[in-house]
Amino acid sequence: MSQNQHVKMPEPARTLYRKLWDSHVVADLSDDEALLYIDRHLLHEVSSPQAFVAMREAGRRLRRPGTHYAVADHAVPTQSPRRDHARAGTIADPQAAAQIAELEANVADFAVAYAGLDSDEQGIVHVIGPESGFTLPGTTIVCGDSHTTTHGAFGALAFGIGASEQGTVMAAQCLRQTRARTMRVTLIGERPPLLAAKDIALAFIAAVGAHGAAGHAVEFAGPIVTAMSMAERMTLCNMAIEAGSRIGLVAPDVTTFAFLEGRRLAPRGTSWPAAVAYWRTFASDPGAVFDRELVIDVSTLAPQVSWGTTPAQTLPVGAALPDPAAIADPAQRQQAEAALTYMDLTPGQSLLGVPITHAFIGSCTNGRIEDLRAAAAIVRGRHVAPGVEAIVVPGSAATRIAAEAEGLDAVFTAAGFEWRLPGCSMCVAMNDDRLSPGDRCASTSNRNFEGRQGHGGRTHLMSPAMAAAAAIAGAITDAREMA
Amino acid sequence: MSPPPFTTLTGVAAPMPQDNIDTDVIFPARFLLITARDGLGTYAFHDRRTDADYVLNQPAFRDPPFLVAGDNFGSGSSREQAVWALTGLGVRCVIAPGFGEIFHGNCLRNGLLPITLAADCVARLLDAAAAQETFTVDLSAQTLTVSGDILVFDITPERKAALLNGWDETSLLLTSHAAAIDAFEARQCRQQPWLYPQDASA
Repeated sequence: MSQNQHVKMPEPARTLYRKLWDSHVVADLSDDEALLYIDRHLLHEVSSPQAFVAMREAGRRLRRPGTHYAVADHAVPTQSPRRDHARAGTIADPQAAAQIAELEANVADFAVAYAGLDSDEQGIVHVIGPESGFTLPGTTIVCGDSHTTTHGAFGALAFGIGASEQGTVMAAQCLRQTRARTMRVTLIGERPPLLAAKDIALAFIAAVGAHGAAGHAVEFAGPIVTAMSMAERMTLCNMAIEAGSRIGLVAPDVTTFAFLEGRRLAPRGTSWPAAVAYWRTFASDPGAVFDRELVIDVSTLAPQVSWGTTPAQTLPVGAALPDPAAIADPAQRQQAEAALTYMDLTPGQSLLGVPITHAFIGSCTNGRIEDLRAAAAIVRGRHVAPGVEAIVVPGSAATRIAAEAEGLDAVFTAAGFEWRLPGCSMCVAMNDDRLSPGDRCASTSNRNFEGRQGHGGRTHLMSPAMAAAAAIAGAITDAREMA
Repeated sequence: MSPPPFTTLTGVAAPMPQDNIDTDVIFPARFLLITARDGLGTYAFHDRRTDADYVLNQPAFRDPPFLVAGDNFGSGSSREQAVWALTGLGVRCVIAPGFGEIFHGNCLRNGLLPITLAADCVARLLDAAAAQETFTVDLSAQTLTVSGDILVFDITPERKAALLNGWDETSLLLTSHAAAIDAFEARQCRQQPWLYPQDASA
């Protein structure tokens, strides 16, 4: 480079994703591969044990213990035999008890911060990260959990990893990554009343397919996103993985900063304005080029309900289910046939009026206070239909406490819902909250895979208001008629 | 933990033509309560194997070194148990038009070679697999040979070298990039001191 070069070249317009990537490159490995620095690591009891084993076998210590935060959420029971709802020491399932004890031994040995079972910060890892201020804009965040996409709602580069990669992050604070292509999903139009972020997420997945956003970092943008709460943005980003994308993003803005200010782990004092000024730089530049662009006019959307065994098999409530015979592509035809058989549904039918046995309100997708309010608004003054087992599982202890302060627990219990302790619960069915073969669940969770909520169980994904309405009606129904 | 090196592989391929075979199908969540990583082959496709006619219950495909699958194989959860269950079953190579991204990364860290090929090509391989033809892969040459047909597949040079040698990624990073990691942290600590609270209070 010439020493008397004075003219500075204009910076090329970059996407939010590219800025997050560029600001974390430790070393470039090839044109599209780099060693990325990892700022934050969330751990839970299911995916972390093998990473700790690898650390011990290699005689390694954590490079920066303060960048890790652990919690038990997947295997924890959501009921307690104790009157004070304490769960520590009460776990009946010996395997779950052993797994949680192993996490507790690991976090003690490696000096990792831990939200204990009876702590006010216990909850689903993707709910407590943001609530505690552990999740911050402009950072890289990983977790042995595919729904780590959730944290992208804060303008963080957040993605799920396997246990081996967790071990690498623990020891080296870095990961080799391939740069993703970029996709912008712009949400426009007038948002209809009762159209939830979940409905928009499901409509997006149905539009692009279960693998449609693979290889892409998806940025959600546009006036509808700008007007959304953090809870809604988290629902959108959470579901990006169901379209095959490891990364969902929303640029941080005043809504993000207002959410974070004063959180326990958020920057304080003079660090706060400095952090906000830095975070404001994390927005896609005008003129930044995305590899793919999709515009969704939400004014045309109705509440969505999944009918099959991938989240992409979703339709507006009341629509006729597909007829496999009319599908030309053999793989898609076979997939639709298998899904209809597993779900015990017939081609061309509507889901309206299909009876349910269970309703589940909770999960890292829809277990936040705003979700519980939306469900309670439908439930208030009504009762769960006979024969339906309906549970509400707050996403975190903090959410549970906040909901109780508003009296939401009383609304749910008066209507015949069970009011549970926080955890992943019936989204992953690793504790005793699970479906039996043939059960059918109206669920606010994120996956309708075969057996996801219990072997032989059938899942219909929908918004909190729609799941609440289904619990009341005893069948899949249009929540707009109950509002 | 170093993965076993991958050089060549020969044997039958179990055909799984369905698209979107997710990690819950490969390794049902209820078995995630097991914290060991060995011995998980028993649980691979557990709920599918309850069907006596399922491909893995047919004598020819009981311990297949290869799987040929539909698009988006391994979608869903990040659980590495899905990969450990496959390697526990003896699978060392999966061929599909596309993979769940986290699953794909997990394969590479466990000496399991994921090969991405065009859908029409995989459709032909599904037929060959069903006919119990012999599959041979040579990673060094990046070729897959099935009944005389030689197919070439893509893999980055770094990934290829890591698989061929059975390198442990963590050791590799710590030995070859230690100075770069130190330099990054020093720079980031100056720019974003709020990410280094312990250093600030020390």
